[in-house]
Amino acid sequence: MLRQEGRIDMQAEAKQTVSKAIFQRMGSLVGLVVIFVALSLISSDFLTVSNMFNVLRQISINALIAFGMTFVILTGGIDLSVGSIFALSSALAAGMMASGTDPFVAIMVGLAAGAVMGAANGILIAKGKVAPFIATLATMTVFRGLTLVYTEGKPITGLPDSFALFGKGFFLDIPMPIIWMLIAFAILYVILKHSTFGRHVYALGSNEEATKLSGINTSRVKIFVYSISGLLAALSGIILTSRLNSAQATAGMSYELDAIAAVVLGGTSLSGGKGWIVGTLIGAMIIGVLDNGLNLLNVSSFYQQVVKGGVILIAVLLDRSKSK
Amino acid sequence: MNKLMKMAMASSLAALMLVGCSTQSNLENKAPEQGAANNASDKVTIGLSISTQNNPFFVTLKDGAEKAAKDAGAELIVVDAQDDTAKQISGVEDLIQKKVDVILINPTDSAAIATAVEAANKANIPVITVDRAAEGGQVVSHIASDNVKGGKMAGDYILETLGGKGNLVELEGIAGTSAARDRGKGFHEAVDGKDGVKVVATQPADFDRAKGMTVMENILQGNQDIQAVFAHNDEMALGALQAIEAAGKQIMVVGFDATDDAVKAVNEGKMAATVAQKPAAIGETAVQTALKVKKGEKVESFIPVDLELVTKK
Repeated sequence: MLRQEGRIDMQAEAKQTVSKAIFQRMGSLVGLVVIFVALSLISSDFLTVSNMFNVLRQISINALIAFGMTFVILTGGIDLSVGSIFALSSALAAGMMASGTDPFVAIMVGLAAGAVMGAANGILIAKGKVAPFIATLATMTVFRGLTLVYTEGKPITGLPDSFALFGKGFFLDIPMPIIWMLIAFAILYVILKHSTFGRHVYALGSNEEATKLSGINTSRVKIFVYSISGLLAALSGIILTSRLNSAQATAGMSYELDAIAAVVLGGTSLSGGKGWIVGTLIGAMIIGVLDNGLNLLNVSSFYQQVVKGGVILIAVLLDRSKSK
Repeated sequence: MNKLMKMAMASSLAALMLVGCSTQSNLENKAPEQGAANNASDKVTIGLSISTQNNPFFVTLKDGAEKAAKDAGAELIVVDAQDDTAKQISGVEDLIQKKVDVILINPTDSAAIATAVEAANKANIPVITVDRAAEGGQVVSHIASDNVKGGKMAGDYILETLGGKGNLVELEGIAGTSAARDRGKGFHEAVDGKDGVKVVATQPADFDRAKGMTVMENILQGNQDIQAVFAHNDEMALGALQAIEAAGKQIMVVGFDATDDAVKAVNEGKMAATVAQKPAAIGETAVQTALKVKKGEKVESFIPVDLELVTKK
């Protein structure tokens, strides 16, 4: 009897969390639609094919980082080092290309470097038992410092023309950054939704102790998750390097905040276990569309930050009130 | 473990305090006797504490100061801080010991240098800051580039090249910084209220190359008819240039700072111009002002130094 009651409770709870999750999902989508419709009405330049491509291309940089951040936050962690990984891996790739390495090799080395830096975060957190906030705060500083050492604080230029295709090129008239974002999104969506690893990520975030007791190697899951975050930050960095035709020592500063904002706007819970990657894409779009709209409307620099912060607050409040 | 850490921390703290004490007392003990020796000679002695000799900008500044001192028959003592605040403070203390007549300080850090300025104030030696200001102590004058005039030069050059009319875009630096404010102010002095000239967009891109590109992309979505862009620094100008090239447009771009990348872009004909500071003139002005102060003349609290426009050679 007791047992049955417990089961019913659990089922009811599960149902509740599902409906909660759906509401949360609606919240961010509603926010995006409201901003979208408003901007279309106010500015005649907003809803055009060329501007939509433009916005998506700009969003791709933040979205890629935010995808990785979604995995990290789902496990109940946080990764503050993404901006520094972004800078260091793109500086490494650019430095190699500037000294004559084939762009393909340089890109691969850059991506691998990102994954290795991410794995280092994961090892510190999983094996060293350092809190994610502290571990990645420390590596954020270390990686940024290494970037300054490597670049001597100067931009790296003189990159080969073939490298430009990576971030500046088009595939079927679609800008390459958008293509990379969509490919990454598709792969990560499948991993999160349909793989054992994806289920482990959710399980780890909901209840780490129980996950460990059920025989899952939680350390390995953590190291993997931070590696994914590092890899995506590196990919994002190399795309931007290609678009700018140069690597900057100061690139990616405070990008972690935009990425975290996108994840949270998308309805993923900072305490882990709950969320989805589609929401992150929506969150990144809200931030990107807002930036674009403020530029199009020529809003004064003093008001821009107030508007941006305000919209984020409203979106999150909408989420919270709906999820009650 | 814990105890050990605590002990280590406590002892290092104690050591630090001891070091602090010893420099202080040395300074006060030595000051009077040295002063008497130096007062005998008539030659004006100027001390210059330079932030670093590792950056061509400051080397040129020092050369300008040395030349001006030589021309005036004054002696210039240069101490190099090697970008280290602690070293700079002891360097200034050394100059105080030497009883120089005026101290020129080019701070490595505006906040940290206040200690050194106060030490000079205590010894009654006038202080002039160069390039970077000090956030504490009494400073007779501050000498630095005239950012307002630089912005105006950029605006004037754009109007001259465009034949006095066109649609302009301004990319602003970080909101609230003095460089962004002054450069923007000068630019608007040059272009505002002119017939046929319209600033169609004024948007912040935070002195950042990536943001310069993104913001320019967005502006181009809304405005097809743009003739020139003025960016508050070269990083944003180079970012905007990428956006303009990707859009296949021909738009005149003027930046600020004359960084290596930007000067290269100017010489390749990609950027129209960049505004450069004149470090030698800053050094010269600093020494000339120091001489005036020594003679007891009144000097302005801020002395702006002109900039120059770098265009294709």
